Amino acid sequence: MPAMIEITDAAKTFTMHLQGSVRLNVVRGVNFVVNASECVVLSGPSGAGKSSILKMIFGNYRCDGGRIAIRHQGNVIDLASAEPRDVLSVRRETIGYVSQFLRAVPRVPTLDVVAEPLVARGTPREKARAQAGKLLRRLNIPERLWALPPSTFSGGEQQRVNIARGFVSDHPILLLDEPTASLDAANGEVVVRLIEEKKLGGVAMVAIVHDDEIRGRIADRVVDVTSFAAAA
Amino acid sequence: MAENELPLLVAENLGKNYGRLAACRNISFTLYPGEVLAIVGESGSGKSTLLQMLSAQLAPTSGRVSYRMRDGVMRDLANLGEAERRFLFRTDWGYVHQDPAQGLRMAVSAGANVGERLMAVGWNHYGAIRNAASSWLERVEIDTSRIDDAPRTYSGGMRQRLQIARNLVTEPRLVFMDEPTGGLDVSVQARLLDLMRNLVSELDLAAIVVTHDLAVARLLSHRVMVMKGGQVIETGLTDQVLDDPHEPYTQLLVSSILPP
Repeated sequence: MPAMIEITDAAKTFTMHLQGSVRLNVVRGVNFVVNASECVVLSGPSGAGKSSILKMIFGNYRCDGGRIAIRHQGNVIDLASAEPRDVLSVRRETIGYVSQFLRAVPRVPTLDVVAEPLVARGTPREKARAQAGKLLRRLNIPERLWALPPSTFSGGEQQRVNIARGFVSDHPILLLDEPTASLDAANGEVVVRLIEEKKLGGVAMVAIVHDDEIRGRIADRVVDVTSFAAAA
Repeated sequence: MAENELPLLVAENLGKNYGRLAACRNISFTLYPGEVLAIVGESGSGKSTLLQMLSAQLAPTSGRVSYRMRDGVMRDLANLGEAERRFLFRTDWGYVHQDPAQGLRMAVSAGANVGERLMAVGWNHYGAIRNAASSWLERVEIDTSRIDDAPRTYSGGMRQRLQIARNLVTEPRLVFMDEPTGGLDVSVQARLLDLMRNLVSELDLAAIVVTHDLAVARLLSHRVMVMKGGQVIETGLTDQVLDDPHEPYTQLLVSSILPP
């Protein structure tokens, strides 16, 4: 199995210019590999840099050093040094990301929020909506809500919309930031099953999960983020 | 190479001086087809001067802007003939002004405002022009029963949507927008942004949007350039720059937004 993600010596520092130029060394020496069909769970206490690492893999945070090699359409591309338009291409075709909080555009109906990643890759809108609807139904979002923008939904409903949006397309890499945090047991179970299906489909996943039971069920490997703690 | 692998517009070391004042200095970037670039910064940062140079309305003091014409040839804007300039302004480019009164003819009908751009490129069949105008009014969510009314009878949001229809009817490849949501109520802004976002992606338009509103940049643009004192101080993917700003001034801009 080829490595889908290969991170070598990646580092991230924040310099807070408005707070007396304080430097926050978030992580350094980040090294790990994620293969197809496996789910790597990042562990470590709050503030250890787990979400920052996911954002670095997504190209949302810029690395200060190191390499984030992503297998993208048969080639390897280093997201730490890629041009903006290449990062966008990687996000459109290769990496899906379920963020901790849904950031939706005002006025856009839930069904279209979920269908958007498919439409962006060229799926006809009606077909994309049908697939989006299927997933929303599995995640127990009642059909009467589909035409509404998700901004007024409860936290758990928004998270399920976010999960549906992340899982709807067949990206070969999926990043999951606490996908089950505000879900009840039944919906958490749906997410575990969705993750298992993705694994069977060959998807490489990196996840942050606090629930021990769910972690045990989805993790093929655990990477302890505290080993990347940057000495200040 | 696929067509969208070739740049549409290239700015090289652009600068503009007004006497001893440098309004813009050393600005270089490349815009690809279908790409939306936001230029952000506060008043006086040079962003409007830059937009005017990019759209061939102001001659740079130094550097140059090249644009790929429809025949595929890159041309320096400073060396275009009059016919080529007219083609760009009337057909291949759109320009959305902050104040719709600058981009529309306020006393003639909405249909004529849209149809005028078509007539300028040789359309002469009244029925076809009216049909095209009417279908564009629908696309920008203006009730077609208002087609014969002059835009001075329209609300601010409708005027701005009409200005967008007038610009897009000739299927331009590049649209310049100068504070397109400035001066509108927030609810009207949201509707306009949503509309622009959809049109830009459906038509695969490239756009250069000048705005001081970071929310507009986040919703509309792929890439952002932050300007201060006539220079570009930070540039990158929009979400990178807004979520992980590096420069002190960008951090100040981002931290100055009130959460909703």
